[in-house]
Amino acid sequence: MISSLIFSAIVLAGILVAVMYLTLLERKFAGRLQSRIGPQRAGWPIGYLQPIADTVKLLMKEDVVPQVADEKTFNLAPIVVLLPALLVFVVIPYGDNLILADLNIGVLFILAVSSLSLLGIFMAAWGSKNKYSVLSGMRAVNQMISYEVPLVLSCLVPVILAGSMKLSDIVTFQEKVWFVFYPVLGQLAFLVFLISALAESNRMPFDITEAESELVAGFMVEYSGMKFAFFFLTEYAHMLGISFIAAILFLGGWGGPLLPPGVWLALKVLFMFLFILWIRWSLVRVRLDQILAFSWKVLFPISLVVLLLAGIWKVW
Amino acid sequence: MTSTMSLTAEEFHPLQTQVEQEGNTLLINMGPQHPSTHGVLRIVLKLKGEEVVYAEPVIGYLHRGFEKLAENLTYIQIVPLADRMDYISPVTNELAYCLAVEKLMKIEVPKRAAYLRVLTSELQRVASHLVWLGTYGLDLGGALGGGSTLFLYCFREREIILDLFEELTGARMMYNFNQIGGVRYQPPDGFALRVRGMIRKLDQAISEYQQILEENYVFQVRTRNIGVLPLELGKSVGAEGPVLRGSGFRYDLRKNEPYCRYEDFQFEIPTGEKGDCFDRAKVRIIEMKESLKLVWQALEGLPEGAISSRPAVRVAQAVKPVEGEVYARIESPRGELGVFLVSDGSAKPFRLKWRAPSFSNLALLPHLVVGHKLADIMAILGSLDPVFGEVDR
Repeated sequence: MISSLIFSAIVLAGILVAVMYLTLLERKFAGRLQSRIGPQRAGWPIGYLQPIADTVKLLMKEDVVPQVADEKTFNLAPIVVLLPALLVFVVIPYGDNLILADLNIGVLFILAVSSLSLLGIFMAAWGSKNKYSVLSGMRAVNQMISYEVPLVLSCLVPVILAGSMKLSDIVTFQEKVWFVFYPVLGQLAFLVFLISALAESNRMPFDITEAESELVAGFMVEYSGMKFAFFFLTEYAHMLGISFIAAILFLGGWGGPLLPPGVWLALKVLFMFLFILWIRWSLVRVRLDQILAFSWKVLFPISLVVLLLAGIWKVW
Repeated sequence: MTSTMSLTAEEFHPLQTQVEQEGNTLLINMGPQHPSTHGVLRIVLKLKGEEVVYAEPVIGYLHRGFEKLAENLTYIQIVPLADRMDYISPVTNELAYCLAVEKLMKIEVPKRAAYLRVLTSELQRVASHLVWLGTYGLDLGGALGGGSTLFLYCFREREIILDLFEELTGARMMYNFNQIGGVRYQPPDGFALRVRGMIRKLDQAISEYQQILEENYVFQVRTRNIGVLPLELGKSVGAEGPVLRGSGFRYDLRKNEPYCRYEDFQFEIPTGEKGDCFDRAKVRIIEMKESLKLVWQALEGLPEGAISSRPAVRVAQAVKPVEGEVYARIESPRGELGVFLVSDGSAKPFRLKWRAPSFSNLALLPHLVVGHKLADIMAILGSLDPVFGEVDR
């Protein structure tokens, strides 16, 4: 009991600190990509104090609640958004036996919990009573519901292949060959997963919910200070979560030759995270109708075919 | 169309989401404080879901009264004022004004000065189109994403041109390079060499951007068949420059009505076919390459001699044209920039009227956006390339 409490505290603190420093990583990475240097003043010369400076600044900002806003919904939304994003980390195996709760239905838990964020986003959008945020909330619901389907279907492929929903089982099953290296099947499933996960977490090129060029900041337009920081944390926790899930479901989790398991997992997560950033800083935004059409006309059929292939592979 | 003034105060209440009963439309005031309205444009929008059913641009937030101000300044004092009108491309503004005064006073400009004017205006065209390309990236992708990468790359390239301008005139933005009767500064030693180096570098960079944009699937789906401008509509509203050429009309004052010895130069006028955002973008990118060719030719053919037919301005000498009126026009990066000047024989103009291409291009906006999605407004507005210093004056 005590030990699991301590472990969960460590995981929570670790995730939050990791997320803080991932923002620095993103800014450095984007800076290099755009022939800039990125932050360097706070924590000369690589800006290692920048996340702390940002946090302090956000903490000291005035907490503004718009007069017309629905105050309860408005204040509750950041928490409702952040919690599911953190809950995902409960079932993620960080190594052999290094897991907070090795649920029998790990994959199902992740899918169920991560789609709860939508509720928070819609609460924020609706509670702000701002036209831009209402439009953004409509977009968020449209987009997330459409991409839930291919996401779930592509997550089912490893489940079918491994014959278990338990994440640790899925990882041990991939000891010899990672799922992403299964010919055609693995790559297709991974691609569908990646695209729909990007859309689920509102990343470029699918970040139409906060579409800065038309909706200013979308559902977070009225938020400032620490409440804004909650949304910000959620975004990065989501990205980190996706990287973990991709590493576990498709890239063999902690498995790998020579290096210790923890290092392998960290490397894979970092690779996935940087890949998402790379996409974000190279593409422009797609329009809502195009995003929905892509989901239903392209991703959905592909994911059905992949699921069928996985079934055939397993039976055969 | 109802005008803005007829909307009630309740409809403009910014914090209330009201849905009109009969049409189910949502009224949104986009701007004047909005990240991607290119400055201070306000668009009154009526949306049906995501679809735009009505749009009305409201201008005037950057009105600085240039035309009235000019009536109280001497002819020489107006040149630096012209710089501040279209701040993305100052040199062409000066040029249009100087050409008008020269036409009124019948001043011959030395050949060297004319070539230097071509050189600077074409450099300016490249710099201006680079700003457009960068901000178009922002319009499509927002400040946190791929769009800002394109933006920073374009500004890095523009920096090279600004450095050259700094070397030539001492200023990076408001150059005050043209003067009545010629130009103000001789190019410094080694200028030609550095300009040639810049041309090689930029030619490569622009080809790269062209390739990226023409092969990028996301850019294609965002710009193809968006904001299609039929040629007839373009002509009747008074569109010009790359916007009109994007619809396939080969009209460019540098060819149709050469000024500043443009007839000595060889260059192509690129045109589009369909008139959508993609065509307008393509026309501008090819225009940058043609402008680089023009800069090269101006350097090759640059004759020796005086750079102005009038003494330098620091010699106190009033410019007093005869009574009369004159209209001069040039092809600025945004289209036909005209100056209408009325003189009553005194040291100050009686009336000065700018005919700004941004203004007439912006007038297309309500025609182009209706029926498109909300996100397309920015794609279309960006492809018209308005500069609000010039729209409002």
